[in-house]
Amino acid sequence: MQFNFNSTEPIYLQVAEQIEEAIFARTFAEGEQIPSTTEISKEFHINPATVLKGMNILVDANLIEKRRGVGMFVIGGAQGRIVEKRRNQFYDDYVKNLVSEARKLHITKQELAQLIERGFSTK
Amino acid sequence: MSIQIHAVSQSFHGRSILKDINLTIEPNKIYGLLGRNGAGKSTLLNIISNRIFPSQGTVTLDEESMNDNDRTLGRIYLMSEVNLYSERAKLNKLFDTTELMYGSFNRQYANDLADKFGLDLTSRFGKLSTGYRSIFKLIVALCVPADYIFLDEPVLGLDANHRELFYQELIETYSETPRTFVISTHLIEEIANLIEHVFVLDDHKIVINGSVPDILERAYTISGPDADVKQYTAGLNIIGEDHLGGITAHYVYGALADDRPIPDTVKLEHLDLQKLFINLTTEKKAAAHVS
Repeated sequence: MQFNFNSTEPIYLQVAEQIEEAIFARTFAEGEQIPSTTEISKEFHINPATVLKGMNILVDANLIEKRRGVGMFVIGGAQGRIVEKRRNQFYDDYVKNLVSEARKLHITKQELAQLIERGFSTK
Repeated sequence: MSIQIHAVSQSFHGRSILKDINLTIEPNKIYGLLGRNGAGKSTLLNIISNRIFPSQGTVTLDEESMNDNDRTLGRIYLMSEVNLYSERAKLNKLFDTTELMYGSFNRQYANDLADKFGLDLTSRFGKLSTGYRSIFKLIVALCVPADYIFLDEPVLGLDANHRELFYQELIETYSETPRTFVISTHLIEEIANLIEHVFVLDDHKIVINGSVPDILERAYTISGPDADVKQYTAGLNIIGEDHLGGITAHYVYGALADDRPIPDTVKLEHLDLQKLFINLTTEKKAAAHVS
């Protein structure tokens, strides 16, 4: 797991995002246990209450579940739900910015389409 | 259940060191106490732990006065720069003394920690380097059975590896046995995410007292072309500014103007704790010279 913290967003949200990213990338596979609150706290010097707050966002989103006395586990189908969510946000998260930057650079719609074409053809 | 610091002031030879301090320290939380050199941090910690008596005000633990009260004093521990130990005392012996004074002492954990930090418990306290003196005092602080532990400059003289180890052990022991830690340090970045609540002392007064996420939520950097930034931040609580060419950054603490649209040219970001601290505690005279 790689945490890359920045200062502009609340830490508990970043904790939730980083764990979600790891589930998305299948670093944490479905049905597997994820690191404990204490482990994450220790590794990144984050207050355990903050880490727990981040984890609870993922519990509420039905991505991880608490098994009493054992720890937190990735729920079956979690990866698929993240993919679904990200597909829904793709326009807002990426396309809007792409078009806005293209406009500033006077890149036309056709030119942008060509660039996207190029992006798909290079591996 | 809490420590209440009520209207505490301290002066020494007519010089004011603390002015009307009011704080609540709750159980099982990690606090940061930040302040510049000479702001009064150590004095405050010494007053809370009954090492010195305040000129005015009271300190209570669960509504009992802490002044010379054995019952309450056994529940708090202050680790400070002052060396209370005899230079000739062997470290092992000092563990015994602490156990006698506090009724119990987690000897097993103390030995484990000494091992991890590479501290030889047969040495004499006087033979230790600055870093190892801090380490020894830290070990004692983490192993006493106190409910409220005050750490004044806990990482003084510790190298980066030992500081890392200390933060990890602090979280480990806190998770296993929740209790309150109040950490006073100048290495703000290292503890910024570790503390839940922060107190900032400036000019002998408390200027910030709140949960870290709440505080940071209210701290902004507003940057962009000079005129646009000035127009947007007019009337807001500007605590500092930076200039680079025609670009201005205003640091704002508090509410933004909801009804004012943010110009496209202006970037709005949150400040981190260290940057907020620097802007809040810079000498106002020096700041005036900048413009």
